[in-house]
Amino acid sequence: MAIKDMSLEEIVLSGNAACPGCPSTMGLRIVFKALGKKTILVIPACCTSVIESLYPYTSFDVPVLNIAFEAAAAAASGVVSALRMQGREDINVVVWAGDGGTYDIGIQAMSGAFERNTNFLYICYNNQIYSNTGIQRSGATPYAAWTTTTVGGKREFSKDMGAIVRAHNIPYAATATVSYPEDLFRKVMKAKSIKGPKYIEILAPCPPGWRFSMDKTVEMGKLAVETGIWPLYEYENDKMAFNGKSKLIFEGKIERKPVEEWLKLQGRFSNLFKPQRDEERLRRIQEYVDHMWERFKQCRD
Amino acid sequence: MRVIIDTGNYISAKAAQMAKPDVVAAYPITPQTTIVEGIAKYVEDGEFSGEYICVESEHSAMSACIGASAAGARTFTATSAHGLLLMHEMLHWAALARLPIVMVNVNRAIGPGWSIWADENDSVAQRDTGWLQFYCSSNQEIFDTIIQAYRLAEHKDVQLPVMVSYDGFILSHTSMPVQIPEQNEIDDFILKRVPQWKLDVDNPVTHGNIIMPKDYPSIRRAMQDAQEKALELIPEITEEWRKRFGTYHGDLVECYRCDDAEFILIAVGALGAESKVAIDELREKGRRVGLARLRVFRPFPKQAVVELAKKADLIVLDRNISVGMEGAFFSEVKAALYGSSDAKVYGYIAGLGGKDVTYKDIEAMCEKVMDGKYKGYEWYDLEGE
Repeated sequence: MAIKDMSLEEIVLSGNAACPGCPSTMGLRIVFKALGKKTILVIPACCTSVIESLYPYTSFDVPVLNIAFEAAAAAASGVVSALRMQGREDINVVVWAGDGGTYDIGIQAMSGAFERNTNFLYICYNNQIYSNTGIQRSGATPYAAWTTTTVGGKREFSKDMGAIVRAHNIPYAATATVSYPEDLFRKVMKAKSIKGPKYIEILAPCPPGWRFSMDKTVEMGKLAVETGIWPLYEYENDKMAFNGKSKLIFEGKIERKPVEEWLKLQGRFSNLFKPQRDEERLRRIQEYVDHMWERFKQCRD
Repeated sequence: MRVIIDTGNYISAKAAQMAKPDVVAAYPITPQTTIVEGIAKYVEDGEFSGEYICVESEHSAMSACIGASAAGARTFTATSAHGLLLMHEMLHWAALARLPIVMVNVNRAIGPGWSIWADENDSVAQRDTGWLQFYCSSNQEIFDTIIQAYRLAEHKDVQLPVMVSYDGFILSHTSMPVQIPEQNEIDDFILKRVPQWKLDVDNPVTHGNIIMPKDYPSIRRAMQDAQEKALELIPEITEEWRKRFGTYHGDLVECYRCDDAEFILIAVGALGAESKVAIDELREKGRRVGLARLRVFRPFPKQAVVELAKKADLIVLDRNISVGMEGAFFSEVKAALYGSSDAKVYGYIAGLGGKDVTYKDIEAMCEKVMDGKYKGYEWYDLEGE
């Protein structure tokens, strides 16, 4: 699948309120191309609930149910049940939530919906912060990252949401980034074809939140994959499979770039480099990435 | 029509089954539990054709009802006390989204300390959510009110959720005979739900997005208009029910022996039922006293209260306390009368946390007022301790 083969139909309409370089609209554009118009979107509080429009307008050409921050997966459960009663199981029910609404406040409802085997797709676009409220730390914020609530850099590593999701034994889970649209498109298409709960997490590099120039969103996602801090994988039928450059890394065909290459381009990590290099924290981050890949390898063996 | 004898909760489950909701989403909590068990049994026996979602919390129960109702489904849930409090955010959401969800709340006290007994503080705390609120005093009234709630909630001019409350254990776990109409009669009465809006892939609309200050007040005003419309519709619906099925529990208010009364006792729920015995006793003694049992808390039956105050002074009994002020019904009754009546209003708080209130207690409270011995707002439970 190449970009030229994707539908020309745009479901994200022009005139939305996203920041320049916003990964949410980039991701949604691809996601919608895979899902098509027979889709109902459930959106908890997140950047997209601002981006989508002001009443009485909308920038999305599918029905949208906005819902409270922690309630998306539960509301989606209700939509799925209602559609089944109406014999409309041909409609995709999709949650589109940020990392705050997924890792933190929405994790209970999501876990419940997974456990109930709800036939829906949960997509987390992860920009590693509460960006809508002005850049506060979330459970997905990486170690050492500056946010307005971790002024000296976050002191904890993020949750391993992939492992948490996989522990629910759902039929399909995958990671993606907006930097590889074909990979994202293919994963949404696959999720669409599977019955039961599906989870896709999209790394969403956020220019104002991560403090990088708005023309660098794609590059920032690519570097996250190349340095190995954001592995691209699919989990299906209890098996992990790596994709794209992550596959080459996993198979030892290419070397991971040092994570520092990703960190140093982002103002949120400037405290690691200025006024002088913080060797201790840089080492901890690299070890964190190394350890993650070690665990992946052990899983295989 | 047939008569079954069962507890308030199993009668609730029966009413929910006969209302044929497309989706039930619920989470167990004492003393509501036997409702969800009752529905589960209907599911297992093939007597319930809808979807039954056993969610992981009450917050999700209400969220799932919202999602289902937004997709055009008829929905039902039930809860109690802390479950209702956990739902609070989504209660507002359901009402502002104008979704006609019907919910049973089994009134129970709030902890700590843990208390599972009757108390209205759980539902009174939801006063400002936009939900219509009914309080029942018998299992027949529970059945009738749940069915009527769908007719009311789904009325094109209302489109708001309805909460049907009754006292934990006193009604929820007490068996009484209840007349049950035939299924086709219920179907004819409730009608089919015609959603005023729904998630529709053929008509893609974004619901609940950002609304600017210039538009927001009008959605609140529309809710107020809908509640005021409900004040007109409730008597019509209860009257139609009486004509079709013969049972009747009053409209907004049930008046009992109020003719020629000098004092009218205002009570709610099971305390209202107990009060009838007290009124009979007092009438035996020649006391000119009657009972007005409020069936509806939202919309508040202001005009009905004003009419009562034209005939008599009022004594208000509250099984709840708005700490820092007074019982909620006491406040609301006085507010309704302001500028329209010079009637005196006396108030008591009684029965908090399930403390037993007998007809003798209610008699004593009334006599204290009637004998001129009332010395100000009183916590009856604590008298003599």
